[in-house]
Amino acid sequence: MEDQILIATERLVKHYPMGKHLFTALNDITITFKSREFTGLVGPSGSGKTTLLNIIGALDSPTRGLVRVMGQDTGTLSHKQAARLRSIYLGFTFQTYNLLPVYTVYENVEFPLLLLDMAPAQRKKAVLQALEWVGLMDKQKSRPSQLSGGESQRVSIARAMVKAPKIVLADEPTANLDAANSHNILQMMIKLNEELGTTFIFASHDDKVIGYLKRKITLTDGKVVEDARMDLPEGRNTC
Amino acid sequence: MIRFLVKGLLRDPNRSVFPVLIVGAGVMITVLFYCWVLGVREDITRTSAVLDTGHVKITTKAYGEIPGQMPNDLALSGIGRLVPELFRDCPEMDWVPRIKFGGLLDFPDDKGETRVQGPVLGMAVDLLTPGSTEVRRLNLAGAIVRGRLPEKPGEILVSEEFAEKLGVDLYETATLISATATGGMAVQNFILAGTVRFGIGVMDKGTLIADITDIQYALDMADSASEILGFFPDMNFDEVRALGEKTRFNAVYENIRDEFSPVMTTLKDQSGPGEYLDWVDRWIFIFIFVFILVMSIVLWNTGLMSGIRRYGEIGVRLAIGESKGHVYQALIGEALATGMAGSILGTFLGLGFSYYLQEVGIDISGMLQSAAILFPNILKAKIGSGAFYIGFIPGLGATVLGSLVSGISIFSRETSQLFKELET
Repeated sequence: MEDQILIATERLVKHYPMGKHLFTALNDITITFKSREFTGLVGPSGSGKTTLLNIIGALDSPTRGLVRVMGQDTGTLSHKQAARLRSIYLGFTFQTYNLLPVYTVYENVEFPLLLLDMAPAQRKKAVLQALEWVGLMDKQKSRPSQLSGGESQRVSIARAMVKAPKIVLADEPTANLDAANSHNILQMMIKLNEELGTTFIFASHDDKVIGYLKRKITLTDGKVVEDARMDLPEGRNTC
Repeated sequence: MIRFLVKGLLRDPNRSVFPVLIVGAGVMITVLFYCWVLGVREDITRTSAVLDTGHVKITTKAYGEIPGQMPNDLALSGIGRLVPELFRDCPEMDWVPRIKFGGLLDFPDDKGETRVQGPVLGMAVDLLTPGSTEVRRLNLAGAIVRGRLPEKPGEILVSEEFAEKLGVDLYETATLISATATGGMAVQNFILAGTVRFGIGVMDKGTLIADITDIQYALDMADSASEILGFFPDMNFDEVRALGEKTRFNAVYENIRDEFSPVMTTLKDQSGPGEYLDWVDRWIFIFIFVFILVMSIVLWNTGLMSGIRRYGEIGVRLAIGESKGHVYQALIGEALATGMAGSILGTFLGLGFSYYLQEVGIDISGMLQSAAILFPNILKAKIGSGAFYIGFIPGLGATVLGSLVSGISIFSRETSQLFKELET
């Protein structure tokens, strides 16, 4: 099956006001992402990685240029339409996990499905499956405060994956994790990418992440300076 | 989804317990303050009515111009005809004649020479007619400190403080030295039957209470009285009814140019309590308005802080796919729930404390030692119908308003900005 283009940006520009001046976070970015990709946006702080991720996720709007996600021009979407796009097609994970602290692990993972008005039985099945993917079946009733960093990030991934989105946007997913947990998380993501065909797009400057990427897009001062296909590291364990 | 949100609300004390407690406290204070002000107002009205003004008062036109001087030479005459007419024309009210007078009360020694004496303010009311409403209205039985109520002509009561100060005992002879209605000197002996304490500073300093027939005789005021007071049966001052009665009565005497012709005034017309009640009403309105405004700002701020504190959570929910409108509705729904719960709790507590103050009150007699106005020593609250809803103005209104304002920023900010606030 030929890989489909899920995301396309065209001459994307983003300015932020900074005092009396404008800071250019993204400068003329034209890029596409296809299904099944495992891509990283890499570069130093301030290079525009997170801004690009936010614009792709319709969390932010570009100053100029075009962004199409799943064939929809995000610049023309209303708040409600953008929410619907995120709800159906996009999953997010964050550096600080951003789990809802008053809910259990099960409920955190269940939340995106409530927004989709899924039937309770179907919802339960999907939540349990997602928890099984990330190996947290035994932590269903725990609260986020009772979890380690690695476990919290796995919950965050389960929450992103539970609705089987086409795309997962991950902002610095391993920044707060130690090496062992980072590798576990990345291996799990690779597995989901390969088994479910989900596209993962990372914003990261963590070498551990870069080692797992199939495609690396390097940003500097808001510009794409390199877009490279990566060779799989020898002996990478995807199981 | 609603169940999910309610679960989160109940589990997070920062979103449920604390806001409800803050709102509850604010509402409780509002309700208590409202009832307190209402109670004080009613106490003052009732005290003034019972002891001085009635709900309506009839005097001669001339007496009505200088009532403070108690000019009994200008008193009403022909009350034996006038009082039955009043009962005929307005039978639902109670009409009672009274005489106010001043004088010296002299207690002689064994030889009949002055032992001690002191100035008194006298009030002559119907004490001896069986079933007299005045004894009950003035709560004389409850005010007795020593002795008993007068049972036969020639017996009087004096205030306990006065009796103590003069060092006089029960059943001693006391001589009233005063002026007759025609300007002559009045001297009359009485027996001190008992002492009273009203709990009203100015009344407790030196009051003499005697039967009106005795004083009519002593002051040469046969068939006369300083004033005739009219009381509504439930003892609540009804301004509209009082005004109607006044208009009806005064219309009869409107064209009579005699300064001794009767004129009716309502409690609010009379310079002391009327002006005071106007002043109290004005300040009640201002106090309650300012107080509700302050409470509203406090509770609005609570709603605002609660919304701002949750920008991070809101950002995550938006990222997961919840719409801004849905998040906003949920925030307002939570504010409604916490505002309603806090308002109910606060109203309940406020009514509880108000009920206690309504029944027991606060004794301020120490502050009224030198007061010269009729002011009750024990101030009590009163639970009015407004107490059941007034707390909801700051409790529900301001809390929801705070959330409405704080929630607007969900729409006005870039969603990604909400994340930045979460991370900082």
